[in-house]
Amino acid sequence: MVRSTTAVELKGITKRFPGLVANDNINFELKKGEIHALLGENGAGKSTLMNILFGLYQPDEGEIWVNGNKTVIDGAGKAIELGIGMVHQHFKLVQPFTVAENIVLGNEPSKVGFLKYRKANQRVRDLSERYGLKVDPQMRIKDITVGMQQRVEILKTLYRGADILIFDEPTAVLTVQEIEELIEILRSLSAEGKSIILITHKLKEVMALADTVTVIRRGKVIRTLPTSETNERHLAELMVGRDVNFQVEKSKQEPGDVVLSVDSLQMKGEQSKNVLDGLGFEVRAGEILGIAGVDGNGQSELVYAITGMRSVNGGSIKLNGKDITNRTPREVSVAGVSHIPEDRHKHGLVLDFTLSENMILGNYFDPQFGKNGFIDFKAMDVLAQQLVTEFDVRGSGIHAKARSLSGGNQQKAIIARELWKNPDLLIAVQPTRGLDIGAIEYVHKRLVEARNQGKAILLVSFELDELYALSDRIAVMYEGRIMGEVDVDNRDDQQLGLMMAGDAAAAATAEGRK
Amino acid sequence: MKKQVGLMVMIILALTVVLSACGSKNDNGANNSNTGSNAGSASPETSEAPASKLKIGMVTDVGGVNDKSFNQSAWEALKKVTADTGVATKYLESKGDADMEPNLKAFVSEKYDMTWGIGFLFTDAMTKVATENPDSKFGLIDAAVELPNVESVAFAENEGSYLVGVVAGLMTKTNKIGFVGGMEIPVIKKFEAGFKAGVAAVNPDAAKAMKINYVGDFSKPDLGKQAAATMYDAGVDIIFHASGASGNGVFNEAKSRKDAGKDVWVIGVDKDQSLEFGDAITLTSMMKGVEAAVYKISTDLINGTWKGGQVVTLGLKDNGVGLPDTSTKNVPADVLAKVEEYKQKIISGEITVPTE
Amino acid sequence: MNTMRKIFDKSSFLVPLVAIILGLLCGALAMYAGGYDPWLAYSSLLKKLFGSPYDIGEAIRAITPLIFTGIAVAFAFRTGLFNIGADGQFIMGMTGATIVGVTLDLPWYIHAPLAIIVGGLFGGLWAALAGYLKAARGVNEVISSIMLNWIALFLSNYIVGTYLVLEGQQKSKPLHESSLVTIKWLSESMGNARMHWGTLIALLGLIVFYVVLWRTKKGYELRAVGLNPNAALYAGMNVNRTIITSMFISGVFAGLGGVFEILGVFGYQTVMASSWGYGFDGIAVALLGGNTPIGVFLGAILFGGLSYGSAGMSFGADVPPEIVRIVIGSIIFFVASHGLVKFFLKPFMARRSGKSKSEGGGAR
Repeated sequence: MVRSTTAVELKGITKRFPGLVANDNINFELKKGEIHALLGENGAGKSTLMNILFGLYQPDEGEIWVNGNKTVIDGAGKAIELGIGMVHQHFKLVQPFTVAENIVLGNEPSKVGFLKYRKANQRVRDLSERYGLKVDPQMRIKDITVGMQQRVEILKTLYRGADILIFDEPTAVLTVQEIEELIEILRSLSAEGKSIILITHKLKEVMALADTVTVIRRGKVIRTLPTSETNERHLAELMVGRDVNFQVEKSKQEPGDVVLSVDSLQMKGEQSKNVLDGLGFEVRAGEILGIAGVDGNGQSELVYAITGMRSVNGGSIKLNGKDITNRTPREVSVAGVSHIPEDRHKHGLVLDFTLSENMILGNYFDPQFGKNGFIDFKAMDVLAQQLVTEFDVRGSGIHAKARSLSGGNQQKAIIARELWKNPDLLIAVQPTRGLDIGAIEYVHKRLVEARNQGKAILLVSFELDELYALSDRIAVMYEGRIMGEVDVDNRDDQQLGLMMAGDAAAAATAEGRK
Repeated sequence: MKKQVGLMVMIILALTVVLSACGSKNDNGANNSNTGSNAGSASPETSEAPASKLKIGMVTDVGGVNDKSFNQSAWEALKKVTADTGVATKYLESKGDADMEPNLKAFVSEKYDMTWGIGFLFTDAMTKVATENPDSKFGLIDAAVELPNVESVAFAENEGSYLVGVVAGLMTKTNKIGFVGGMEIPVIKKFEAGFKAGVAAVNPDAAKAMKINYVGDFSKPDLGKQAAATMYDAGVDIIFHASGASGNGVFNEAKSRKDAGKDVWVIGVDKDQSLEFGDAITLTSMMKGVEAAVYKISTDLINGTWKGGQVVTLGLKDNGVGLPDTSTKNVPADVLAKVEEYKQKIISGEITVPTE
Repeated sequence: MNTMRKIFDKSSFLVPLVAIILGLLCGALAMYAGGYDPWLAYSSLLKKLFGSPYDIGEAIRAITPLIFTGIAVAFAFRTGLFNIGADGQFIMGMTGATIVGVTLDLPWYIHAPLAIIVGGLFGGLWAALAGYLKAARGVNEVISSIMLNWIALFLSNYIVGTYLVLEGQQKSKPLHESSLVTIKWLSESMGNARMHWGTLIALLGLIVFYVVLWRTKKGYELRAVGLNPNAALYAGMNVNRTIITSMFISGVFAGLGGVFEILGVFGYQTVMASSWGYGFDGIAVALLGGNTPIGVFLGAILFGGLSYGSAGMSFGADVPPEIVRIVIGSIIFFVASHGLVKFFLKPFMARRSGKSKSEGGGAR
């Protein structure tokens, strides 16, 4: 056997699902010690390919070679045996268990059936030191941050002796700082001789991290090339198949009257701490107010408070001068507030309703959708058809379940529904989360259009690029308060980061500079 | 996937073989459905016996045919009828109150010569079915339906209970005696009343302190066990139960206490329950002649002496109720002599046993 | 319309059918092993079901309460609630009907409808109690409604045994003729089987079940809350009120099941040692029927039919009750185990899809 320089080689992999070819004759080569990005839009076939490599699917055609040997991977167990580890997008951790317990799960060091905790902790500590993955083995998963949890996932694969690591959209759930730390971790892993496949649709990460990139589109490999020979724009073109417009066209516009005014809002949290702590701001017609901040500083609660989904303990919320504090969600909606929720599966859609039924989710009680307590399905379908056409929601028609739509199309459907209500105020929370470039471009365009039509928009996002691209003003939220506003025309990530971390001095300078 | 196809083919083949075997069995074995439903005891000569083409059916109440009580007694009587005369017999179990009527009807529509309903719960169903089918004959245990085509059998349970009350009253060491009833209905009240009177005749103190518990069900041994545990805890050493299958729990509790060295007893009901639960815990039993009555009336039908339209109450003098012979094992002769003395007084009318 | 399409989807028909066949084969195996004739037993079962007008009528009588409790459980399921308390609501329905039937004496055109309405309300309110506890205090409806089953049983026994009792008996006085909903002419033409209008109401109930859930705004709310309470809240629905409403409607159906057992079948109520279990059978019926109206209808027929017809197996083929229960159990086991049946079917499905690759129903 010749010592191969190739860790994994996939030859002519084809995988068919009913009605679609997910992978069409894909060739892919991962060299030892390299970081290889697999780039493609949602639904391009990246995950299918990796699930084949990890043994979760069987290819219909093609061969898999690992370390120079042809193999058949008929299950995750076989993949682990071959030294392949996968860090899933959605972590598979046992919440009440400690870090060490999770890592050794399934392969516990034990003596006559008793788990040897000290040994487990020690092994985990050794591993984490070796790769620079800082975690406390004795913390419980439910008590540590998402970034930490991801490290636990990585350690889990390393503990099982993985040399080939697959990362599925690893940055989707991380904050800016955590992403930077992850990049460090990946580099050190690669330096230790691990081979890494990075599944992503984010161009910036590809350029920052990967040595090589393979672009796939609609199940086919478009190109494989070193990152040194390309740039973001070029990759985007390869990925989407056309020229992509990164910059949203947005002209300066003088804002109109105050639409939403929030004053010294208070909301009690689970513990005694206030999740909203005397927060106040205004949004005017025809402007987009961006709310920046690290996740968990009260953004969700703010949105719940405005939309009536949670009641507040103090302060006031006024819409067009009328008090809507602690009204029911329906009253708020009827008063002219639309809401693109943060979690489209949890709040935005009833996934097992048809697309058509989802289109009247907040308006089903409106007389135009039926009289005498009955629903006028014809009217509902007419509206759904109209919105689907207008907003280009692609799927298997208005009678298909919302579940069957891709994330991007689900989001389009929600935006269509919320804009159709012709609100005075539109609240958009993480409106492009998990969407691919084409869809992001579309959502951004629609939001700016709505702003241009004179709607007030409150945009909550964790993506700084998005905030800067869309907002007329950006306010930073920290621990239930507004820390201050930053200048949208002179972007300063350093300062914004400090404000997001609660640095009052940075906030003061930001105010001064404005 | 190949493996699954193989498995599938094997299963189908296996089932096909089984089914075809069944089919062939159908041809030669069709006749054994004529004898009683207990296949193990089916004796071929009965079904083919030309002497009698009579058919007798029986419907149980929810207790089922293995209730170790009157349903079982009745069915044993019919099995004996089959063995002795070759008459075909069969039973159906009722899963709920609503099943009683169609079950009776099932026998009627199959032209059974007589159909038994076992238990007072049959009163309404039997009244209806018997009225609708005046040409069919019926037998009813433990209740009365006054129709010309129904023979009702009731028992003077109070008289038999009186005698076991005498036994309990004389034999209790703690002077505490318990009674566990099924449901608080007239027929069970008769047990209680007779028992209490019997105890009172020989041991008035124990009668006054008697513990009484109706568990509310005839088919819940767990409730019986619970009731017995409470009584034994309170110092009771003899329990008389009239609670059908719930009484199995009483025996169960007594057994575990006996094993732990406690001196406790149970007085069984309906049948000689020492045969089922052993002499170690069964003091004696208040036997009801269900088996004898069913046997007698069924053979009346076979012999052409069936009358119908009457309500027979079988008491001590008819040997319809009483103590089993096995009582000698645990009950001393002097106590049994006392029992015999009271029995004669009841038969002679010197003592009238209360019914409620 | 969509649901119709779903119901007549090929595999949704095939799977239960194969399940029943597998169950019958399994039962046959059990009977054969026990030395009984499966062929005769199954033909006796069919004969018991269809042999005479009386048997057809009585089978319908046995199926009717299962339709009601099946709807009750399925309705709650559709709205995200597990109404395990249908049994208690059934008993409350019986009790309500008995109270009205025994104590009042009115012309039939008022008396019977009043008894039905009161019984339905008893059941509905009993269920709404569990719904209220869930909505207001977060008490899991499974626990509260199971406990309410016992309370219902003993409460109704107390009411019947204390206020309505027929002297010296363990049952209520007979209901006034005017409150009964028996169909005399039909009974007479069917060998005196106990036929009653409740069966018709049960069928209407199936339609109401469909119309309410899939045609009305209330139903839209109910389903949304059931499928995704968070989205329902987002959409401005009152989730708590919806939970109570849903339990109420579910309870009305269960209660009506009890109502017609009294008004249509017995004409009196006994002091029950234990419940008849129709509520629990309703859970099985709802699951068998996939919580759809037609499914519940077919499930009730299967469940009720087997349960009534099983006496035929004892009668005609001398199969002892224990083995009859094994047979019925295995049929229901297979029908309920969709996954298992699909596993058996997979090789065939896959091969078929192999022929026409474009459509393919392969494992995903």
